[in-house]
Amino acid sequence: MITTIPQNTAFKWSYRAYVTLFFMYLALPLVTVCVFAFNNSVFPSLPWEGFTWAWFFGSDAPYTGVFNDRSILRSIVTSGVVAFWVALLAVMVGTSNAFLFVRYDFRGKGLLYILMLLPLIIPGIILGISILVFSSSVANTLEDATGLWFDGLRPGLILVVLGQFSFITTFATLVISARLQKFDTSLEEAALNLGASKWGAIRAVTLPFLYPAMGAAGVVAVLMSFENFNTTLMLVGSDAPLTITMFDRLKLGSTPVLNAVSLLLIVVSAALGLTSLLLQNRKGAD
Amino acid sequence: MTSNRSKLTFWLLMAPLLLWLLLLIILPHVGMFIVSLREKVGVREYETGFANYAVFFNEPLYWNTFARTAYMSISATVLTLLIGFPIAYYIAKLTRGRSKTTLFLMCLIPFWVSELVRTFGWMILLRETGVISNLLQDLGLVSGPVEMLYNDAAIMIGLVYTSMLFMVVPLVTTLDSLDDSLIEAGYDLGGSSVSILREIVIPHALPGIVSGCIVVFMLSLGNYLTPILLGGKDSLWFTGLIYNQFITRFNWELGSAFGFLLLGLSSLIVFVGLKLSGQSLTRTMAQ
Amino acid sequence: MTDTPDLECRAISKSFDDFQAVRDVSFGVPKGTFFSILGPSGCGKTTLLRMIAGFQKPSAGDLLIKGRSVLDVPPNKRPVSMVFQHLALFPMMNIGANVGFGLRQRGVNKTDIKKQVDRVLDRVGLAGVAERPVTSLSGGQKQRVAIARCMVLEPDVLLLDEPLGALDLKLREHMKVELKQLQSEFNTTFVYITHDQSEALVMSDQVAVMNNGVFEQVGSARDLYYAPDTAFVAGFVGEANRFTAKVDTAAAGRLSMTTDQGRPLAGVDAGQGVGVGERVTVFIRPEAVRIARTEKEVASLGNKGQASVTNVLFNGGNSQLILRDEQTGVALNVALPQTGEFRDLAPGDTVHFGWQPDQTRVYREGQP
Repeated sequence: MITTIPQNTAFKWSYRAYVTLFFMYLALPLVTVCVFAFNNSVFPSLPWEGFTWAWFFGSDAPYTGVFNDRSILRSIVTSGVVAFWVALLAVMVGTSNAFLFVRYDFRGKGLLYILMLLPLIIPGIILGISILVFSSSVANTLEDATGLWFDGLRPGLILVVLGQFSFITTFATLVISARLQKFDTSLEEAALNLGASKWGAIRAVTLPFLYPAMGAAGVVAVLMSFENFNTTLMLVGSDAPLTITMFDRLKLGSTPVLNAVSLLLIVVSAALGLTSLLLQNRKGAD
Repeated sequence: MTSNRSKLTFWLLMAPLLLWLLLLIILPHVGMFIVSLREKVGVREYETGFANYAVFFNEPLYWNTFARTAYMSISATVLTLLIGFPIAYYIAKLTRGRSKTTLFLMCLIPFWVSELVRTFGWMILLRETGVISNLLQDLGLVSGPVEMLYNDAAIMIGLVYTSMLFMVVPLVTTLDSLDDSLIEAGYDLGGSSVSILREIVIPHALPGIVSGCIVVFMLSLGNYLTPILLGGKDSLWFTGLIYNQFITRFNWELGSAFGFLLLGLSSLIVFVGLKLSGQSLTRTMAQ
Repeated sequence: MTDTPDLECRAISKSFDDFQAVRDVSFGVPKGTFFSILGPSGCGKTTLLRMIAGFQKPSAGDLLIKGRSVLDVPPNKRPVSMVFQHLALFPMMNIGANVGFGLRQRGVNKTDIKKQVDRVLDRVGLAGVAERPVTSLSGGQKQRVAIARCMVLEPDVLLLDEPLGALDLKLREHMKVELKQLQSEFNTTFVYITHDQSEALVMSDQVAVMNNGVFEQVGSARDLYYAPDTAFVAGFVGEANRFTAKVDTAAAGRLSMTTDQGRPLAGVDAGQGVGVGERVTVFIRPEAVRIARTEKEVASLGNKGQASVTNVLFNGGNSQLILRDEQTGVALNVALPQTGEFRDLAPGDTVHFGWQPDQTRVYREGQP
């Protein structure tokens, strides 16, 4: 069962074979997508017609590469903007939540904590439609009452940001409060003792301690925002983030430009993911 | 440091939390429920009642799809557990140090990549003109292109793939905390691999198993991309129905009712699962 | 009548890459005795124990239990049971299920299991706790459950891996007596490893002192204390003052030497055949030194002198004096008797000291 117990050799090797097969299964779709980003064919499938960089850099239709495909570039920017706002808001609210839950005791704390965790168990699509329905009714009521247009409350980027924010904040709160719990409050007390104000002490001592976790939470937020689909799908308006654009293209059938985009996504996600882990672990030993 | 000052800070910290929860979670869901109670009787005419829910129960298509989604989600959960447990055990108990972290990281990577990319990969592999079909033809095992998409098996492969991380991580965490000396003691007292697994390993890992299963079930139930892309238009997945009602049919009332039913089932399973295993939500989510 | 020893190791060795943890160790443990392996951390005793239990495979040598080789027998089939260092009680079962685990594996039926479990718990003095969870027990009680869990299987040999380490001092002292009593009560062969010499000396019939993978000496507690074979054993078992010296005369094991600081000493060869002119290490136990206020009281002792008290380390029954030898200026640790006449001894006082030559063990220099 463990290394110190003698194991049947046949069993040991079949176990290893199983584990290898498993990791091959894990890697298979990703590798496939990446490989076909270089296929010199108009369809992301066999037969293989030669190696090409066209899907990244090409500019002649139909061999338009990622960097020349206007609509894809635009949706990448859209996704980026959305991710930025979501991450910013989520980290800010997450930090304030972390302080609230770690430092204060109040009636109803348990209930609020559970409420905070709820977005994790609500299916993404439900989060989307509930916000859609709510904002539309609010918009309708306001528009009827004031006669002004409330476009921000109609499907569009603001709603997308809010929709993603609604559950990413929970993650951010969990990550940051985990770190805050490990903080030695006597450091803050020492700062106060040396003459700092309460806010000054927090700024000088506590926040720097939290930065790695806030950074990690931010990175996770960006990742989750970029790849989010279910919630975004229900709230999207005319400007589409990357996942929606890709989905539409997929349904209609597309060129391997999608593979090229995916490869970029894989590389960037892996890099961001590893960064977040390093951020969480490096200073976590403190 | 007057108590007024700290009171102000307290409320300043509370404000974002309350605003977020109220405006983005609580009220929308209440609103969704209210909307689900409205039945479109005529143009701009609404009637309050459970008519939408009645539609759901009376129309076999809706009811069957719901049941099918639940059933397949359960199967996906069981499959993920069976496939993932040996892997988690291997990583937790049979590897050390560098190889352990590497293997663990390798499990995480598919998660960081968008579900769209993952599902896209499976499409390339499984479709008629895809890699596996071509491979089979090249090997002479089939005579023509084989369509492996647009069936339940494909949906299963996709769901298990997407959920694997959420099963493996809690399992590795709990298995890691199992002291090796307990296993050695079991052997020393005459136990066999099977009895040690049954009496020592699995009872110890139960919290991880439960939280993994709950999460995987929830994810599968609420999944949209994987069943639609891999199962095709006739995939009969409940989230697909919801999407249709909202975007194509514009019947927000019925859509809301469906949404609420889905939410209800998902929450019920979570609740039952937690109760059965005696865990609390906070502890489970921390994993 | 030659009794087959319950446990016998023949030339057991174990190497990890290029590190030899256990080197050519051979010994036999007679039936029904308490055998301890005493040694510092890293000496190889844990590796040796795990080889006996079956969790490590020896690189060379043979292992026999009751005369039969068990080298190829996996740990769950060997007639040995082990009490682990942190006890390894199964937290997911109650006490009765823990103790009955081995019986369940053997397929014993439920009623018999319950009977045997209750009986063995009674024997260790924990009647009636079978239904309780493991967490409800104190440290000493958990020890007894761990032993009961092994003993209910009636093993040929019981292995104990430093089980008293986690207990506080008073409990440890109490458990030493208890373990000895349990061993005679069950009359099973116990093999006990520890780095604490008082545990080994108090409980065992035989002790093996282990260092760097080899057994330096095997013998009774008395043998190890009064006649250590090597300098390591002399220094490890009990306290000792060490001096380096040069041999002046040697005859039939009796030696006279002069220490590097100039004190003449008479001592006995510890069996190494030291010759004239060789450099040696001399061991004198603090408790072997008699102190007196007058010279007359130490006149009959072979080694004697006068010293001033530098320090009194009062520790109740373990009190020690640090003396400064007036002849050489060297510090000497001496046990302070509590019989009353030295109660008012203070730093600066003069005392006379002396000890017997045959309590002065001499070893060739250069040993650990």
